[in-house]
Amino acid sequence: MQAVSELFKKNIRQYGMIIALVFITILFQILTEGILLKPLNITNLILQNSYILVLAIGMVLVIITGHIDLSVGSIAAFIGALSAIMMVDLELPVYLAVILSLVAGGLIGAWQGFWIAYIKIPAFIVTLAGMLLFRGLTMIVLGGQSIAPFPKTFQRISSGFIPDWLGGGEIHLLTITLGLLLSLLYIWQEFKDRRTQIKYNFDTAPIWMFVTKIALLVAVINIFTFVLATYNGLPNILIILFFLIIIYSFVMNRMVAGRHIYAIGGNEKAASLSGVKTKRVTFWVFVNMGALAALSGLIFAARLNSATPKAGINFELDAIAACFIGGASASGGIGTVIGAIIGGLVMGVMNNGMSLIGLGVDWQQGIKGLVLLLAVAFDIYNKSKTN
Amino acid sequence: MRDITKTFPGVKALSNVNLKVTEGEIHALCGENGAGKSTLMKVLSGVYPHGSYEGDIYFDGQPCEFKDIKQSEQVGIVIIHQELALIPYLSIAENIFLGNEQSKHGLINWNETTMKTKGLLHTVGLNESPTTRVLELGVGKQQLVEIAKALSKQVRLLILDEPTAALNEDDSENLLALILELKKQGITSIIISHKLNEISRVADSITILRDGQTIQTLDMKADQVTEDTIIKGMVGRDLTHRYPERVPQIGDVIFEVQDWEAYHPQQEERKVLDDINLNIRQGEIVGIAGLMGAGRTELAMSIFGRSYGRHIQGKLFLHGQEVRFDNISQAIEHGVAYVTEDRKQYGLILIDDIKRNISLASLGKLSRRGVIHEQEEVLVAEEYRRKLNIKTPSILQKAVNLSGGNQQKVVLSKWIYSQPEILILDEPTRGIDVGAKYEIYSIVNQLASEGKGILFISSELPEILGMCDRIYVMSEGRITGEVRREDATQEVLMKSMTRGRGETDASSQRAL
Repeated sequence: MQAVSELFKKNIRQYGMIIALVFITILFQILTEGILLKPLNITNLILQNSYILVLAIGMVLVIITGHIDLSVGSIAAFIGALSAIMMVDLELPVYLAVILSLVAGGLIGAWQGFWIAYIKIPAFIVTLAGMLLFRGLTMIVLGGQSIAPFPKTFQRISSGFIPDWLGGGEIHLLTITLGLLLSLLYIWQEFKDRRTQIKYNFDTAPIWMFVTKIALLVAVINIFTFVLATYNGLPNILIILFFLIIIYSFVMNRMVAGRHIYAIGGNEKAASLSGVKTKRVTFWVFVNMGALAALSGLIFAARLNSATPKAGINFELDAIAACFIGGASASGGIGTVIGAIIGGLVMGVMNNGMSLIGLGVDWQQGIKGLVLLLAVAFDIYNKSKTN
Repeated sequence: MRDITKTFPGVKALSNVNLKVTEGEIHALCGENGAGKSTLMKVLSGVYPHGSYEGDIYFDGQPCEFKDIKQSEQVGIVIIHQELALIPYLSIAENIFLGNEQSKHGLINWNETTMKTKGLLHTVGLNESPTTRVLELGVGKQQLVEIAKALSKQVRLLILDEPTAALNEDDSENLLALILELKKQGITSIIISHKLNEISRVADSITILRDGQTIQTLDMKADQVTEDTIIKGMVGRDLTHRYPERVPQIGDVIFEVQDWEAYHPQQEERKVLDDINLNIRQGEIVGIAGLMGAGRTELAMSIFGRSYGRHIQGKLFLHGQEVRFDNISQAIEHGVAYVTEDRKQYGLILIDDIKRNISLASLGKLSRRGVIHEQEEVLVAEEYRRKLNIKTPSILQKAVNLSGGNQQKVVLSKWIYSQPEILILDEPTRGIDVGAKYEIYSIVNQLASEGKGILFISSELPEILGMCDRIYVMSEGRITGEVRREDATQEVLMKSMTRGRGETDASSQRAL
């Protein structure tokens, strides 16, 4: 038992948010009398939050380098408008319009990254300017009007589900199969990691804990896919999100680029004196943010099936809050992709749950603000205790 | 000041120090870097409040218990720190009366402020308008503003910490003249300085500190003080540190710096390095001695991928081939490594673990197509933990939790793993206990015996003498001496270290 409490104390930052997420989910499951976890609502929850989660992935990289990006909501709106012009007005093929939109997002990121990394203007100012600039451009290119509707194929990014090749009828069989495959992959990975840990004499969790952890996660994965399978199956957007999370986690944990990003946030001078090209890395982090903001804008436009001048307002605040709730440090160097996703889900479940029990937007805003404050206070309290 | 003892966690900075300053004199305070001069003055001026040190302070025969600077200023003790504390965007007048505003009911009387400022500026001989912003002034004039500020507080005892360190010759001259002038008006001064020629010019008496203890107080006239007596007092300690045995095996020149010069990154007209020529041979440990501000770190960083300075001129040769490092990664690729002076600020990523700190400068070697080979990384970190005897339960320990000596070993591991040919070590043993120092020395010797060229920068003369085969001495951005190990003594080095610009001394200028 002591070993458990020890391990828990060590990883409280990591597990704290997962526990908070579980707690909030159970709370709203009770308050909404079971509506929260109904298949339809879970699907809705994913669709509603996907564009914020995409932003949170990019944002956590920005925050780890010690910067901030306030412009992502405006960039999302601008790219949404741009894509509507390309697809609806110019009738370009969907795939081409999507690619051009992502490139445009990258270029906007490069524009901001240039001022931040090379001219050394604080990111807060550059992206505040960007927030105004791209909001203005959105209204200019749309002429104050919305553009709709988008082609059907484009809408499917946000509202479509994966086809059921296995033809299950009532239950979406491919979804369940994917859940099982993912479980196997996960179990294999965990065993591989444990083998390396033992090989290099690292601390390993006791075997019963190792097994319990795997069993819990496998159960969660499969219950999740089963519930979704009873509705329409896996949404397309969830597949996109899944790959983004895997890829970005891999880059941040296993690749040189990720190391450099953490190093810059941890101590920029030391990183620079160790040969890290700090300016170049910072620049690319913003390029990446721009491209992900573009993706987020596309997803939102596809979901709404229209490009409006009001799209993306306050997205940046939700994305930033997700990162901080997920354990990122405002002074840089600390944060994880998965943490930002969990932070985003905490906000998402709260939004959804509060709407379901009929709380007004006014109360929702206030409560979310308090949760953000408490989450970060908890984090800082923990940090001061461990030092 | 009687029996002043001040301890910091783990270090006794002052032990039973006595200092007696007579009214109306200029009293110099001398000692090596880290001897405790600045600490003593901070105790006197209330920067370290009463209760954080032991011993008593008497001023005019009255015991004083200052809780903060404000209280010491009330009795007329004013300290001017080495780093000037003016606010650049405020005017001269605003700076002088900052915290002491000429006001009534919270409203500032600007006329009175300007009038008084004019009077003060006249006294210190600064011909500037009171409304000039401080950032438009040179360092010399800023120093005068600081003194005017002190005068505005009815100063009776003025403490100047290295007032001329950042000044050119003319400005230094002016400043010393001003201090002498103030003496005539009855203001007592304590001046901390490394420049012995200045001290002999202006001081009436001198107190020498060494290792946190008073060595002696001399009356400049009665005691026939020469620069040599002062130097002897400053350095005359026994060699308490031990240095590991080593038989140098020195080969050909591998690295050479020619006609190197650089300017200050902000103050473009200020030349911080001038006419530097030096070389390092294979397997040789080359020392650079010098006082604080002599330009040693600046030299190292300007060589290491131009990470310091502007308008850098000069040539670098590696194995006789001219090389150019435009950025740090080029320097690393060419086999140059630089262990920084301040390991916490510039050397380590404190929130990261040991493993990540060691691999940071060599991730290219540890990865394929951008993916880090993590098992390999663990093996490397374990290897260096064993080789350099880093005392830690795990290589996953965060660097912030290590002791100074172990942190330094992590930094050394990082650079040794980058497989350099030239290793520049900047104050590698600062803030490290004696045992760990010995280990660091052994590592350095081991590296030299592997044929690497080592540039060893240190402020501790015994360390330089104990470790180096050849020593360059720097002062005010120039090399003022080159001494072989056999010819080197602390006195010889100290003489070159304290030599001001323009002074020459043929005997040690080129000892080789």
